[in-house]
Amino acid sequence: MPNHVFKVEGRAIPIRGNDIDTDQIIPARFMKCVTFDGLGEYAFFDVRFDDQGSEKDHPFNEEKYQGASILLVNSNFGCGSSREHAPQALAKWGIKAVIGESYAEIFAGNCVAMGIPAIELSHEAVEEIIRLVEEDPSRELTLLVREQVVQVGRRTFEGFIPPAYRNSLTQGTWDSTSVLLDAPEDIDKVAARLPYVSGF
Amino acid sequence: MGRNLFDKVWDLHKVRTLESGQDQLFIGLHLIHEVTSPQAFQMLEDRGLTVRFPERTFATVDHIVPTKAQARPFGDSLAEQMMQALEENTKKYNIEFFDLSSGKQGIVHIIGPELGLTQPGMTIACGDSHTSTHGAFGAIGFGIGTSQIRDVLASQCMAISRPKVRRIQVDGTLANGVYAKDIILKIIADLGVKGGLGYAYEYAGSAIHELSMEGRMTICNMSIEGGARVGYINPDETTYEYMRGRQYAPDGEDFDQAVAFWNSIASDEDARYDDVYTLDANSLSPMVTWGINPGQAISVEDCMPTVSEMPPEQQEVARKAYKHMEFDEGQTIRGTQIDVAFLGSCTNSRISDLREAASIVKGRTVKPSVKAFVVPGSMQIARQAREEGLMQIFEDAGFEWRGAGCSMCLGMNPDKLQGREICASSSNRNFIGRQGAPGGRTLLMSPAMVAAAAIAGEVIDVREMKQRTGEPQHA
Repeated sequence: MPNHVFKVEGRAIPIRGNDIDTDQIIPARFMKCVTFDGLGEYAFFDVRFDDQGSEKDHPFNEEKYQGASILLVNSNFGCGSSREHAPQALAKWGIKAVIGESYAEIFAGNCVAMGIPAIELSHEAVEEIIRLVEEDPSRELTLLVREQVVQVGRRTFEGFIPPAYRNSLTQGTWDSTSVLLDAPEDIDKVAARLPYVSGF
Repeated sequence: MGRNLFDKVWDLHKVRTLESGQDQLFIGLHLIHEVTSPQAFQMLEDRGLTVRFPERTFATVDHIVPTKAQARPFGDSLAEQMMQALEENTKKYNIEFFDLSSGKQGIVHIIGPELGLTQPGMTIACGDSHTSTHGAFGAIGFGIGTSQIRDVLASQCMAISRPKVRRIQVDGTLANGVYAKDIILKIIADLGVKGGLGYAYEYAGSAIHELSMEGRMTICNMSIEGGARVGYINPDETTYEYMRGRQYAPDGEDFDQAVAFWNSIASDEDARYDDVYTLDANSLSPMVTWGINPGQAISVEDCMPTVSEMPPEQQEVARKAYKHMEFDEGQTIRGTQIDVAFLGSCTNSRISDLREAASIVKGRTVKPSVKAFVVPGSMQIARQAREEGLMQIFEDAGFEWRGAGCSMCLGMNPDKLQGREICASSSNRNFIGRQGAPGGRTLLMSPAMVAAAAIAGEVIDVREMKQRTGEPQHA
């Protein structure tokens, strides 16, 4: 059954800063696992807790942002390691969509493969949305995938979702395995024309 | 107008255009390891699917493997559990696994080329961002996440959009003591850590084609640090010479046929590019990172930048970097005391890296305040280094010699920085916490620079040490 993603509604949580890498989102030592279950509690672990395990200042620790489902970020979010553990940890924490200036390519691909829309907005728009959310964390945001907009109250911010990602979310084909398996003869045909597969 | 290698290889592997607008791309070689694959196998099982082309997937263990005390079961029960999962999955689906008993285990991006699995003209995928490494052979390597590993296992295909192609032209000759690592650190410093978003990088020019295959792998390896998921170099005689005689490479008449195919996929002279960037190799000097991402790199001769003079969008990260590193604006990187020297990782742990570093440490002694260790990229490299006497040179100088693996590049095994230690590292990432300690600090540099820092106990210009010994340069 296709699982269409047309819109995500909810409260938002801002994580400020450019070039936030996936090692920050989920430190490598928490990847010693054979399932993604339970990763939520380790999201941003090293910036949330000090050596003694006491909470540091971080939005993920703040009461007012608990229950938020939309992550607000700046540019090149999710750079570095390809670990899907990063978006999985965010998703297990409760994140269902990301609004930001730009994303590292592998991170963006991982998000869409999990059905999580990641929309790109201008620096000014992101800063304004962060301002609105910090002013009143109880505000409800709406991300419309096909329309590529974010609504905050009566205000609408226009953004961009690459067409292929937009289509796979709205068509419900973001989980691509069954689509890829749809054309077995075509796969065999390509394999047969590759000299390193069929023989030089 | 001619076509570039990227477009030729893409078109050759394209199965069809999907309704989403993405292309369905056949993946010629799939490499897996213990960290990012177990969930993918579970997803297959949950859906009642199987591995479509098991003979096109190969496995090894690298991220969690201890570099000391490798006897099973591993001391870390979580690492042992991941190892067992990979053993079970590869057995169940009939996937070849280069484990510790094979004598061929090592970092996934080292053993692929070493075994001849990586070949020009291939599409290659692996659940690891440094899959770009394989582009050194004129292949297209994609780092992928676990859901895409599931896709490749199930269908041998990926759903993906075609990126643009930027040619990075590096002409000239590297000075003695300047290496491939310095070229790529300079490119990332110039173009920024997100400069490559949406691009595949084609590295070209005389300085690139004069490099050994090892040097080319170092360059392509770090493409992702500049935001480019893919980096590649057109295959040439150096590539073919490297391929000859490798276990999985074509042989006999097949080899000549293969060379004809490999030549055919190289970029045409008049190929079209979406962008071109040029760099003069003559002007390069050894590079060292001072901050918390690989783009924050300067020449060892330079002072650290003044935040207010940096582009506005880089200032916040620069401030964060100064705070974490406890460095001051305008300070020199030269003279920075180090606690640890790490020679390893998929970027720089190949035989030529070890030879070059050994030529620096030979007859010298590691500063007593420094903990220095060598983690060869694979068991085969370790054997070769022992046979060539390199291991002895390192041990005599006070380095520890370890088993093959990712080790302190990312600190998933017992090799981790402690507290606020500063590490001179031949790896690829200086992110906060990357080397296993949240407060740890990483200075990225070439293997020769790491060796020099280990001896001096601080960051120095390796060219001075080379002058003192009159060592000839080896590319």
